[in-house]
Amino acid sequence: MKNNNFEKIPQEKFAFVQMGAQLHDSKLETKSRSFFADAMLRFSKNKSSVVAAWILLFLILFSLFGPMLTPYSIYQKDPLYINYPAYVPSIAEKGWGILDGAKVHDSQNDVSMNYWKGIAEETGYNPVLGVVGEHTTYVKYRGQMVERKTYDLEVNRYYEIGVVYRVFSYAEFEKIQAWQNETGIQVIYPYVEPKDISDISDNPNIWYQVDSKGAAVLDDNGELVPMYSTNKDIEGAPYNSLRIEGDDGSYIYSVAKSGAVQARVCYYNYYQYLNGHEPSFIFGTNTMGQDLFTAVAVGARFSLLFAILVSIINLTIGAFYGAIQGYYGGMVDMIMDRVVDILSGVPFIVVTSLFQLHLARKVGVVGSFAFAFVLIGWIGMAALTRKQFYRFKSQEFVTAARTLGASDFRLMFRHIFPNAIGTIITSCALIIPSVIRQETTLSYLGIVDLSAFAGTTIGTLLSQGNANVTTAPHTMLWPSLFLGLLMISFNLFGNGLRDAFNPSTRGVED
Amino acid sequence: MLKYTLQRILYMLLVFFIITFMCFVLIRMLPPVPLPPGDPHTIVVEVRREALGYNKPYLVQFGIFLRNLFTSFDWGVSEKLYLGQDVLTIFLQKLPATMIVNAFAVVISIPLGVALGVFAALKRNTWIDYTISTLTMVVISVPSFVYAFVIQYLLCYKLGWFPFLMKAGTDWFSPSMIWSMMPAVFSLSFAVIASFTRTTRAELTEVLTSEFMLLARTKGLTKGQATVRHALRNCFVVVIPAIFGEFIGILAGSLIIEKIFSIPGVGGLTINAINAQDYPIFMLSTCFYTAIGLASALVIDISYGFIDPRIRMGSKK
Repeated sequence: MKNNNFEKIPQEKFAFVQMGAQLHDSKLETKSRSFFADAMLRFSKNKSSVVAAWILLFLILFSLFGPMLTPYSIYQKDPLYINYPAYVPSIAEKGWGILDGAKVHDSQNDVSMNYWKGIAEETGYNPVLGVVGEHTTYVKYRGQMVERKTYDLEVNRYYEIGVVYRVFSYAEFEKIQAWQNETGIQVIYPYVEPKDISDISDNPNIWYQVDSKGAAVLDDNGELVPMYSTNKDIEGAPYNSLRIEGDDGSYIYSVAKSGAVQARVCYYNYYQYLNGHEPSFIFGTNTMGQDLFTAVAVGARFSLLFAILVSIINLTIGAFYGAIQGYYGGMVDMIMDRVVDILSGVPFIVVTSLFQLHLARKVGVVGSFAFAFVLIGWIGMAALTRKQFYRFKSQEFVTAARTLGASDFRLMFRHIFPNAIGTIITSCALIIPSVIRQETTLSYLGIVDLSAFAGTTIGTLLSQGNANVTTAPHTMLWPSLFLGLLMISFNLFGNGLRDAFNPSTRGVED
Repeated sequence: MLKYTLQRILYMLLVFFIITFMCFVLIRMLPPVPLPPGDPHTIVVEVRREALGYNKPYLVQFGIFLRNLFTSFDWGVSEKLYLGQDVLTIFLQKLPATMIVNAFAVVISIPLGVALGVFAALKRNTWIDYTISTLTMVVISVPSFVYAFVIQYLLCYKLGWFPFLMKAGTDWFSPSMIWSMMPAVFSLSFAVIASFTRTTRAELTEVLTSEFMLLARTKGLTKGQATVRHALRNCFVVVIPAIFGEFIGILAGSLIIEKIFSIPGVGGLTINAINAQDYPIFMLSTCFYTAIGLASALVIDISYGFIDPRIRMGSKK
């Protein structure tokens, strides 16, 4: 009789098959390399992409930390320093001709030469940096040919403002005096009565004797003649602070104006009083009087964050949609493809405008803008995933997994999807710049106004700059340069990634 | 082939119809723009609104819209920008400027783009190829308005070769008008040139390395003969549909270039209509841009079948 009793086998009957040698695969001689490490290795061989990646990193760091390097915020808008060229006092002093806030004023005659001289003498800031050109013309004047000289001057725009009228409360006026005493910087300048300067009341920079046309009347030595008011009747507020040179204590420094005082204020010094530092704009200022450096960085930060957010959402939706389409195929695919056809047929500008008109009030401008991107942005991603799924779904490993009882969902996302991950990473790097481009275009066109939310955007800066392209080209230059560099490096970086992840498609543009 | 073409056209019309319907309903769902009281045109617009069934269900409104469209091609009257005027008339007035500027751009850029592409492919892996490819990459990456600014600043302002903005008026073919269009034409053509260069180069490079080129050389053709007779033909299978697509795209133009150079075209009209919420104009622009997008995709698709005998359209293999 055969012993079929397997249940109670005594322990001592068991013996180890082998105890000596351990059974395992022999270890690989070389170090194994993962898919990503392999791709990174290929990527690092592509020099232009590596450079692009570094530039990209630099631009991203600039947009994140740029605003911290300046004393300005995006909400700081100077009312007078508008569209001004780049100026950094410490570099301007060196006289290298860069960052000195210079702008050339054409054909300045003697009247304006004296005007510049007046500003220089009074405030101590000489706006004239140099004479660029000199023109001599002969005009007939009272029957005689007279030589008239005009000059092309390079003028520091920050000094050029000189003195302005400002109205202060009495307390504020006190505070400025205290600040003056503390720092020794003269902000308030003596008052000049219009009746002493030929009734000119709209030009605070005239403190010297002028004729009825506003031309300076010089004394015998060719110097300007001060016309500061010493009329005791018009004193506004008590003044016990710095007095300008040549003041014997009788000059009047302010005028009462309906419960407040008006004074002549040197704007450059007043700016220091207000902000605690000299004006210093490395990119200059824009139409809003914002620091352009800060504005570009803040705008870029919004663009980048927005693009990354939108891309992540689109990639997710697109991957799911494409996966379902590609995996099930047939009728499901066809119906879903029709939906794609319809959505991709609507022009993007129409989608954005409709979303703005319908949703902006409910979910905010940014929200509705993001919805517009999400509505049609995933289509390209879905098509890519669908293609990958068609390629892989009939392969043996999928059949094997299905035989083992894997669910549809598991098959899709555990078995097929990882094969498409390279393509997806690549397209992510190429979707981001396209989102930025569209976002910039639409905010340039003024269809979406994001400045309330984001402070400013590159598109807004570009459209502001375009309005002043002839007078202040720098407002156009920096945003364009930033955008151009960002786009080029993103695309190079994306192409490098694509080549790294799909070595078979190297050099093929799609 | 014919059956396939007809199928595609019918399908395109269906998609167009659905998009139109969706946009129509979405636009009508917006609260109607308040009209300026006392303006004589206000009565016209109000009467029109009544006739268009503004208080009826959306489906009825769409029915009325379609009926007007099919019986008299009536797109309604402007409600804001050109109060009380016929939308279609305004639109057709704006169309020539867009079309002419874009036609110039396409006429300049297609030969240039194809030529550069062929040149780069023939001189593959030399410095010429690298220069052309790099420039192409840069131009494609950078948005067109960035170099529009460069053109505007350098050529129009600093050098003063061109007027700053496009000349007003309707004398489309007078020399001064054409001259004033040039900055916009250049700005538009850069991107087109670059995209044609890239397509042509990629295709031609692939064709040049294929086996039949080797065969053509071994049977005794010179390099030039082989390139012109065999390589170029095959490469144009891809390039020519793109050219067709580009020609249809002429109509659409570029919103942003039109704004920069203040071209009085449909792009500007659309932007103004959106910003001023002039819905009848917006509706017409929507249909227009949708139709152009669909039509150019259709033409590209079908032309493959006509050009390349290897492609059998609509056959089930």
